[in-house]
Amino acid sequence: MKILGSEITPYKTYLNRRKFIKGSLASAMLATITSSAFANHDSDLSIYTKNLNENDKLNSYEEITTYNNFYEFGTHKKHPHLNSGNFKPRPWTIKIDGLVKKPQTFDLEKILSNVTIEDRVYRLRCVEAWSMVIPWQGFQLSELIKMAEPLSSAKYVQFVTVFRPEEMPGQQKRTIIWPYREGLRMDEAMNPLTILATGLYGHEMPNQNGAPIRLVVPWKYGFKSIKSIVEIRFLDTQPETSWETLAPWEYGFYANVNPNVNHPRWSQGTERRIGEFKRRETLMFNGYEEEVAHLYKDLDLTKFY
Amino acid sequence: MFSTRNFNRSKPVLFILILFPSLLWAYQFVTGNLGVNPIEKLMDELGLMALRLIIITLMITTLSNIRPLKSIVVLRRMIGLFAFYYVCLHFSTYIVLDHFLDMQFIIQDIIKRPFITFGFISFLFLIPLASTSTNNMIKQLGFKLWKKIHYLIYPVAILASMHFYVLVRADKTEPVIYMGIIILLLLHRIFKRLTRPQLAQ
Repeated sequence: MKILGSEITPYKTYLNRRKFIKGSLASAMLATITSSAFANHDSDLSIYTKNLNENDKLNSYEEITTYNNFYEFGTHKKHPHLNSGNFKPRPWTIKIDGLVKKPQTFDLEKILSNVTIEDRVYRLRCVEAWSMVIPWQGFQLSELIKMAEPLSSAKYVQFVTVFRPEEMPGQQKRTIIWPYREGLRMDEAMNPLTILATGLYGHEMPNQNGAPIRLVVPWKYGFKSIKSIVEIRFLDTQPETSWETLAPWEYGFYANVNPNVNHPRWSQGTERRIGEFKRRETLMFNGYEEEVAHLYKDLDLTKFY
Repeated sequence: MFSTRNFNRSKPVLFILILFPSLLWAYQFVTGNLGVNPIEKLMDELGLMALRLIIITLMITTLSNIRPLKSIVVLRRMIGLFAFYYVCLHFSTYIVLDHFLDMQFIIQDIIKRPFITFGFISFLFLIPLASTSTNNMIKQLGFKLWKKIHYLIYPVAILASMHFYVLVRADKTEPVIYMGIIILLLLHRIFKRLTRPQLAQ
């Protein structure tokens, strides 16, 4: 698999490394005031870069954390960075319900002690035709699905974002119907590329990127990768999703990155990689064709966009 | 009561005030201080400025109906030309920086995407307005014909605000405010025509 950091790091090692990186931040800031406060994130890049495609370069921590679409904190790209300071990602629980053996609510800490945290360096392609390369830390969604014990009748998974208008100022206005909802087909959810991310660049997930836990589905447009998840439901019918409900002629349930299916507002043939001057060609399934194309061999992708 | 001289005197200050943002953004762009996605940011700022200036020219016409502000109309040409200046910068950013002169792609984009179609037509309609803005042109064309040409500002304003409205993904408050202002200003003109047709001539 290209661009996939397959290095497996046990959770304890991951925690230790996180502390180390935090420690180096303090010393780096003491050492020099001229270097950017984010310099420490780039100090040990080899962990992430060794599995990169030759065409791809990591985006900086600053780029990844100051240019976000997270309408819960406002509709401008800089709003999530500016407005997410009051959000409290701990303590956190995730409710599991729908077609499962036993509906239950998991403590996030309990989930984390039962999974393997890995580094995954993925391309993220936004439907607005820009993209980034992001070093996530997280675990395969399939691990949590196994813990949830869905019934065999479960064909879809729905995800729900937290609703806290007092901490998320964007939710005080009905720009979209809150809470944000997303969904996947069961085989998409079980695919090894699909992860629940809890960190990036070795840090706990920043609030503006979907703290404390978010979905990452790298072959789909970014809006599928729902942030700050509090509920996961197992269903036998295709769940409704936020953007599809708002504008079904623009956004479909599948939302696979596809340069051949046009969007009424943005050509999907090319994209701007953040940090680059010229546009680049958009790759089918965002370059993950080998890993996921088989999921859609019987699907007309122009109809089910 | 403000005289023509008062307004004429304010022109140099206005000129610098309206020109300044474009110089600032150009400087920020070149020095890498226009954020994480500078081309998008530059294009958005230039376009928004152009739309606001177009609306201001419509407002000036309405304000000049108020007796003490009658002479404000002397500012309209300069602001209208600045609107054209910002539209040109906005459009060239799209052509050169965003798409690197890939004309085949750009033509497809203009045809296929309604919001770009609206913006492009709006730009085309502004060209005859800008090119007939000199005193000499008014004389050559005759005031009546010149005025007819300049009614193009109405479709320009409507299309430009639609261009912005369609572009925004979810929170449409700002484009709706602009559209509302444009509609009010147009309604005022229609009302004036119906009630006092002799003045409209």
